[in-house]
Amino acid sequence: MSIKSKLHEIKESFKGKKMAPAFNAFHTFLFTPNDVTSSGTHVKVADDLKRTMNTVIMSLVPCLIFGIFNAGYQHNLAIDAANGISTQVSLFGNFLTFDNLMIGSMKVLPLVIVSYVVGLTVEFIFAVIKGHEVEEGYLVTGMLVPLIVPVDLPLWMLAVSVVFGVVIGKEVFGGTGMNILNPALTIRAFLFFAYPTWMSGDKVWVYDAVNRAGTPEAISGETILGMHAQNLTVDMYSLQDMFFGFIPGSIGETSKLLIIFGALFLIFSKIGSWRIILSTLIGALVMGLIFNGVIEAGIITDSSKFYGLMSVPFWEHLLIGSILFGAVFMATDPVTAAQTNKGKWIYGFLIGFISIMIRVFNPAYPEGVFLAILLMNVFAPTIDHFVIQSNVKMRLNRLKIKAA
Amino acid sequence: MSMDIIVKKGLDLKLVGKPSNEIDQAKFSQDFAVYPADFHGVFPKLVVKENDSVKAGDILFFDKNSEKVKFVSPVSGKIKEIVRGERRRVLEIKIHADKEITYKKIKKLKSENSSDIIDYLLENGLWTYIKQRPYDVIADPESSPKEIFISGFDSSPLSADYDFITKDQKENIIEAIKHLSKLTKGSVNISLRKESNSFLRELNDVIIHNVSGPHPAGNLSTIINKVSPINKGDTVWTLNLPDLAIIGNTILNGKFSPERIVALVGSSISKPKYYKTLAGSNISTFLNLNEKNSRIISGNVFTGTMINLNGHLRHYSNEITAIPEGNDYDLFGWAKPMFEKFSVSRALTFSWLFPNKKYDLNTNTNGEHRAFVVTGSFEEVFPLDIYPMQILKACMYKDLDEMEALGMYEVSPEDFALTEFICVSKQPHQSIIREGLDLMKKEIG
Repeated sequence: MSIKSKLHEIKESFKGKKMAPAFNAFHTFLFTPNDVTSSGTHVKVADDLKRTMNTVIMSLVPCLIFGIFNAGYQHNLAIDAANGISTQVSLFGNFLTFDNLMIGSMKVLPLVIVSYVVGLTVEFIFAVIKGHEVEEGYLVTGMLVPLIVPVDLPLWMLAVSVVFGVVIGKEVFGGTGMNILNPALTIRAFLFFAYPTWMSGDKVWVYDAVNRAGTPEAISGETILGMHAQNLTVDMYSLQDMFFGFIPGSIGETSKLLIIFGALFLIFSKIGSWRIILSTLIGALVMGLIFNGVIEAGIITDSSKFYGLMSVPFWEHLLIGSILFGAVFMATDPVTAAQTNKGKWIYGFLIGFISIMIRVFNPAYPEGVFLAILLMNVFAPTIDHFVIQSNVKMRLNRLKIKAA
Repeated sequence: MSMDIIVKKGLDLKLVGKPSNEIDQAKFSQDFAVYPADFHGVFPKLVVKENDSVKAGDILFFDKNSEKVKFVSPVSGKIKEIVRGERRRVLEIKIHADKEITYKKIKKLKSENSSDIIDYLLENGLWTYIKQRPYDVIADPESSPKEIFISGFDSSPLSADYDFITKDQKENIIEAIKHLSKLTKGSVNISLRKESNSFLRELNDVIIHNVSGPHPAGNLSTIINKVSPINKGDTVWTLNLPDLAIIGNTILNGKFSPERIVALVGSSISKPKYYKTLAGSNISTFLNLNEKNSRIISGNVFTGTMINLNGHLRHYSNEITAIPEGNDYDLFGWAKPMFEKFSVSRALTFSWLFPNKKYDLNTNTNGEHRAFVVTGSFEEVFPLDIYPMQILKACMYKDLDEMEALGMYEVSPEDFALTEFICVSKQPHQSIIREGLDLMKKEIG
């Protein structure tokens, strides 16, 4: 008997039972079900939610792999720097090395595994309790979470915040498709406010920097944004380093090149909204330009603590920090974003605009993308409401003209 | 008078099994049936019993909610069985037809007054062909329509070519239009494909709309929305061109005969072509399947009704479609590159590479039912100036004010066939809209 018919029998035996969603989750992962249409259209397109989510995951894989190598590379780079050796990055010379891969895998893969195991367990429990199928939403969230945390984050913190994020961020609203806040960012926000010392500062961004702090082997774990925020000159990293991603930062956010590849793939496959991505970047550039203008006009001088970040050339804001990653993978989450096309333009623009504003003015932590996106998640329904009202008004006006 | 309408948003789904331009006489079957479910919202009150003899055109039942609307027998014969379901709801009236059909003699129209015409149509079962917007149900004979719209072509996949099936019905159709035009203060509008050279173009006192663009260009909502959008309080009556032939034939010849030229189509059909038969007739006499495990649909793949191998041609259908059932599992069907199935995305689906390819789709849902997640895709195939996802959600949470504000008066379930077809979350859009319309009709009227 083939696997197919064996699984079919097991599925039939589970029918109507409490654990059916748990079995079906595995079964539908292997085989798309034998469901046929009953009412309405008799044929359906090939895409389902699994395929959609899978496409997003595929676009994230390059960032993950790069993140693994970069974790090792940044570690070695920081040690070299502490020893007074300055090294030049070379892709095959000192980046794609077995040593980097080992260090990176040791640190990053556990984060991925914990994120998926904990998150999916929560999803399974809720599916069984509520008697619906296990929904695919967490497949993307589970991948995003390890990519937006610092490499040295303790696993138990991740586990706790994943539980919080999935339960409070999503399940209490009714599961995938019903949530107001982006679950991955809810998890990050929880981490940030619950364990700020592990989510910010000048140690956490490079593997082992926390452990070595205060010892003779101490290494730096500072990001470019952190340096700007302290009005330090950033000469360690060239623009190429920033673009290709050979810089410290959250695991998956550093390589702008790979994020752009991911974005192009998402836009091409019609899964990601180009409107949101583009308008977010425009919003960020506009805010950056305004700050540059302020500096130019001499309103803020180099005595101000905001001088460092304000004087970053507006386009460079896209190369540092997580604005690009946020625009491509976070802002575009269709459930929490604005749902009308016009609304998407406004929503994206405001995310970019507010991101850079928070980045510059946040006294504690020089990044604002996740806060800006969460804020706009809350306002997305309001934006949509006003967009839709114009359509409603058009209809009412038509009625008035007729009555007149 | 004629006007051009260009539909930009939409989607032409090309399927295997297009009919050749031949018409065969279908072998006469003595097995007939009338399904009250074809008439949405009608509560049938029977006037016949089992074993009664009827003539073609005799009344079988009327609508309890609107007693003037009568439903008549398509053939003469004996009422074989009245199949009832839950709470004695009438599901099916089975008729054993006579070999030679005898017709009820229908009196000539008394006068050309609109009230006489309406009474004539009501009494002879012809009113069933006139539907109304809002709500997409059989028209309320008391309402006064601001316009009448006639669908002169069908743009759904594998639909019958109206120009072809009505080419010999010129007299009947013109007769029907002549009478219909007396029922409205507004005008009679007919939609035609831009390239069609139908005889309807010769008519003077109708407005012809030359429509170009993809499906749902043939749906009347698309035309009405562009020409004379329905506001609160408006009523518009709609008809399909092939049904006009039946109306005209009755008026001219004094007998009711719901003759149809039906397109037998789909990839499961060995020789797709046209058959001449009667509405309500058993289809097995002309069905030629090449695949046993098939779905038989009376109508098209978007809006049709599932019937079985011994099913009957439904009241409004101009097609019988047969496509393979998809009741099989697909290993990693959600992840692997997909060449044989249609998709509007490019998520490892490759139908965008072959815009002219004809697909052999089956009835598999290609995934499970989920909450709405993806946004922005429905708008690409939805030509009305209405927010499709928002109106669907308004129907789901039954907010009457919002449904009204978003344009519920203008839509019919068939307008949401394309969005349902492309829906990644596999939501039943058409039935959501239908339930929403029913609720509005009940609460607002």
